[in-house]
Amino acid sequence: MAQHPFDDSVGLVSPQRAHFPEALYLESGEVLDGFELIYETYGELCANGSNAVLVCHALSGNHHAAGFHSENDTKPGWWDTVIGPGKPIDTNRFFVVCANNIGGCDGSTGPNSLCEATGAPWGSHFPQVTVADWVETQKRLAEYLDIQHWAAVIGGSLGGMQALEWSVRYPDWVSHCVAIAAAPGLTAQNIAFNEIARQAIFSDPEWHDGNYLEAASNPAQGMALARMVGHLTYMSADKMTDRFGRELRQGSFDPQDDEEPVFQVESYLRYQGSQFVGRFDANTYVLMTRALDRFDLSSRGQGNLTEALKDASAEFLIISFSSDWRFAPSRSQEMANALLSAEKRVSYSDIESDAGHDAFLLDDANYLALFSAWMGRVAA
Amino acid sequence: MMQRGDIDTIVSWVPEGGKVLDLGCGDGELLHRLQAEKRVKGLGVDIDLANITASVGKGLCVVQQDMEDGLQNFGNSRFDAVIIAYSLQVLERPHAVLERIVSIGNEAIVTFPNFGHWRSRLSLLFTGRMPKTKALPYSWFDTPNIHFCTVADFETLCKDLNIVVVERRMSSNMGPLAQLWPNLFAKSASYRITRR
Repeated sequence: MAQHPFDDSVGLVSPQRAHFPEALYLESGEVLDGFELIYETYGELCANGSNAVLVCHALSGNHHAAGFHSENDTKPGWWDTVIGPGKPIDTNRFFVVCANNIGGCDGSTGPNSLCEATGAPWGSHFPQVTVADWVETQKRLAEYLDIQHWAAVIGGSLGGMQALEWSVRYPDWVSHCVAIAAAPGLTAQNIAFNEIARQAIFSDPEWHDGNYLEAASNPAQGMALARMVGHLTYMSADKMTDRFGRELRQGSFDPQDDEEPVFQVESYLRYQGSQFVGRFDANTYVLMTRALDRFDLSSRGQGNLTEALKDASAEFLIISFSSDWRFAPSRSQEMANALLSAEKRVSYSDIESDAGHDAFLLDDANYLALFSAWMGRVAA
Repeated sequence: MMQRGDIDTIVSWVPEGGKVLDLGCGDGELLHRLQAEKRVKGLGVDIDLANITASVGKGLCVVQQDMEDGLQNFGNSRFDAVIIAYSLQVLERPHAVLERIVSIGNEAIVTFPNFGHWRSRLSLLFTGRMPKTKALPYSWFDTPNIHFCTVADFETLCKDLNIVVVERRMSSNMGPLAQLWPNLFAKSASYRITRR
């Protein structure tokens, strides 16, 4: 059996569950009569509780941010490059918490959970959740874990939006805030991509208005297509050229050849789509993309981002990646500039990378060095 | 860096507890010193990621950007001092940056190596080659220093841009000669300037 890279990882981890019986009043006006969160923690909470760090996940992420679930596990958590001993979020120093967001499909209350009122799965009736709702649930989890303050709240992409929301919603709770490859709100182009993904799901005959569980089916085609669109936008054109070019996976352009030509990139995208179907839920995808679309940090300042940030007391790190066109560097610059205008302490870097939006998840030495250097100021 | 002679001057000029913008902050050494000795609220700007990382490692706030892109994002800010220490000569449009920094800072502090120094003059006169020194060891074709100037050049430019020199200090190992004939004897020049 191949050796796991446990040495530089938090090693074996297991998810835990917390039940919150009190009602949760959502931004939409709807009420959840209690909810459950599945979460993981890494490292030790120190006696005075000063070293707690919250990590927020992105669209398709979950609570499993680092380490392995079993000896035979071949894939670590989604941010294992960043979280672990000696890594930027150093588990020798910090107590790291990551929870699956409500509305998710990895164990926290979401569309696949049973609705107590009806006894059936929520399906498409699960209320629309928002970034602010997630922050509320994360705060309840903190209190459940005896945490009164986050040394840092950190996230990439949609996770970065949660970190930013924390910094203005509960300024006293957050002394450091890291938003990587994020934005204060989506652009029209971004919302458009999300809408295409949703329409792909809705147009699948197996969608059944979101109640596919009761119909014992799954809109697999629609989901795969949604993921293909999404995945494409996370990559840069240069990286795709490097990786796939015009190479064929099978067949040829020879008319004598019976086999139809299939480009490497087609095969890759189909694989990404099919993999996603097995691990993600269509209703969750719709909910999460809508939460992304609706997030607008500037709304707290009536459209003025600087005004929206006036109560924040955290020190900020904003990072973008040069080839990221889904959450373009200009959006991170907009965020950093608003923080500067609001006279907040902020550092900003645009990391040269050809990996597109996905760069925030990858092992890029320059990015990790900067991230580590900045985390040095976060008191543990 | 410390042997340059301008650093102590800058530290002495920056107001205690002031809001300071250091353009081309490099590895953050100066800003770090200003925070320790003058308790300034400092912000660094640099274009190079290695410098950003080094500065961040010193606990500083730094923003990665090209100071020649207009510094528009500092439109609402007002700094007590904007510093350009030893990087005027690497700018493509130093005059545009000078105009900008006196508008976002109550005062700007600019330091640069004096190309009118007698060694540079003699070197060019006798060898007929572009001068290289210990502090500026580059060959003419691959130097980042594309806009050298002399003390006299700088003061003329200030006049043309309606910029007032509040104070100047010359550093040299020639002592009083540098104060008398700075254009000939100053190794580096430090200026406090402001908008007229």
